[in-house]
Amino acid sequence: MADYILNIRHIVKKYKEHVVLDDLSLEVEEGGVIVIIGPSGCGKSTLLRCINGLEKIQSGSISTNIQGYTGNIMDMGVSRQKIGMVFQSYDLFPHMDVLGNIMLAPVKVQKREKDKVKKEALALLERVGLENKAKSYPRQLSGGQKQRVAIVRALIMHPEIMLFDEVTAALDPEMTREVLDVILSLANQGKTMLIVTHEMKFARAVADRIIFMDEGKIIESNTPEKFFENPETDRAKKFLNVFSFDNKIS
Amino acid sequence: MPDLGLEVLFKGSNMLRLLQGLWAAVEISLVSIVTSFPLGIILGIIMTKENILIKFLTKVYLEFIRIMPQLVLLFIVFFGSTKILGINLPGETSAIIVFVLWGVAEMGDLTRSAILSVPVHQYESSKALGLSKTQSYFYIILPQTLRRLVPLSINLVTRMVKTTSLVLMIGVVEVLKTGQQIIEANRMTSPNAAFGVFLVIFILYFLVCWPASIAARQLEKKWS
Repeated sequence: MADYILNIRHIVKKYKEHVVLDDLSLEVEEGGVIVIIGPSGCGKSTLLRCINGLEKIQSGSISTNIQGYTGNIMDMGVSRQKIGMVFQSYDLFPHMDVLGNIMLAPVKVQKREKDKVKKEALALLERVGLENKAKSYPRQLSGGQKQRVAIVRALIMHPEIMLFDEVTAALDPEMTREVLDVILSLANQGKTMLIVTHEMKFARAVADRIIFMDEGKIIESNTPEKFFENPETDRAKKFLNVFSFDNKIS
Repeated sequence: MPDLGLEVLFKGSNMLRLLQGLWAAVEISLVSIVTSFPLGIILGIIMTKENILIKFLTKVYLEFIRIMPQLVLLFIVFFGSTKILGINLPGETSAIIVFVLWGVAEMGDLTRSAILSVPVHQYESSKALGLSKTQSYFYIILPQTLRRLVPLSINLVTRMVKTTSLVLMIGVVEVLKTGQQIIEANRMTSPNAAFGVFLVIFILYFLVCWPASIAARQLEKKWS
């Protein structure tokens, strides 16, 4: 039995001639929290989309070792529910209220009992501080609230792996905080997660491992302490410098 | 108050005749709408498929209906059916055929654009939740499409109701024709009847179309 939950082997993703992911390999152990950072266009979002099967890869393999399913992710079909994903854009379904958004997939896809799902949905909403928003529609929610609902909507499927694709990129700082707190508490519960973010402090707090990507490759893979204190590669140093204003002033 | 010749409306059963004429117009509209809207939605769904032949055929159909004035289409169906096919179609039936062809074409195009205006991340997030293609269509894409369609299709409804005024040209006695008959019959006794009768017809059309517009605005507000 392999001890990884996700095994990405030499994947290549191209849009026409443009190589987005270049022979990339990554292993994720169960309960691991991997934060992927890198300049825009480095392929980090595409990597998450490939893991979730939203993009086809041209070569290589992504295999999973999730409860009851071992094998290539592309053949997973309905088991995709075991990988939850939250996007940058507010992607709630605008014609359904919060509860409707959350309950759709467990009831229709997993065929779970409505009453039980509802109970769980309300419990999860309470956990993210939105118990009084169950009957609200997405347009009545703030960005941060929408993202927390989106997280609950993914969680209720009982995913083994959660993917977060720049979920706070469109939020103001206060709302960013409330969303990041939710993700942090998930990490503390031992959920396996891959997080793409530009919030460096958050990355440092939540990650077991930092993956630094550029031009479709993993440039550096390190513990958060080492990566932020003393990165091994020049490319990472340069990237981190952009975030520290002290260096620029002095 | 100027003499509008309104008294002719109270002669005999003139007002009742006008209302019957209005019903003839509304009936043609209703039957056409009820038939063409579901078919148009299906056509719109088909039109979003990436198939060159389907795209070409639907485009030709749509453009043909759009370019032809409704009156010409009415003549083609009404006289053409007799001349070419040897069938004697009643005016009402011809009118309904033309209105259905028109409604399906326009509704198809509206549906197509409404489907395409659903943002791509809606498809992606339903896929990410494990919904099958049919499920995403049924639960996510179509409900949003229908919401976008309501205001657009009510606009089409009011246009259809107003366009029924053309069917008098193929001998259907609807509200406008009835009005003309009443005016003609009273030319000697009430020479000003044209003003009053057309005023009443104006109000009748308004009363049919206005509630639809209000409903559209309400729904738009509710779903925005």
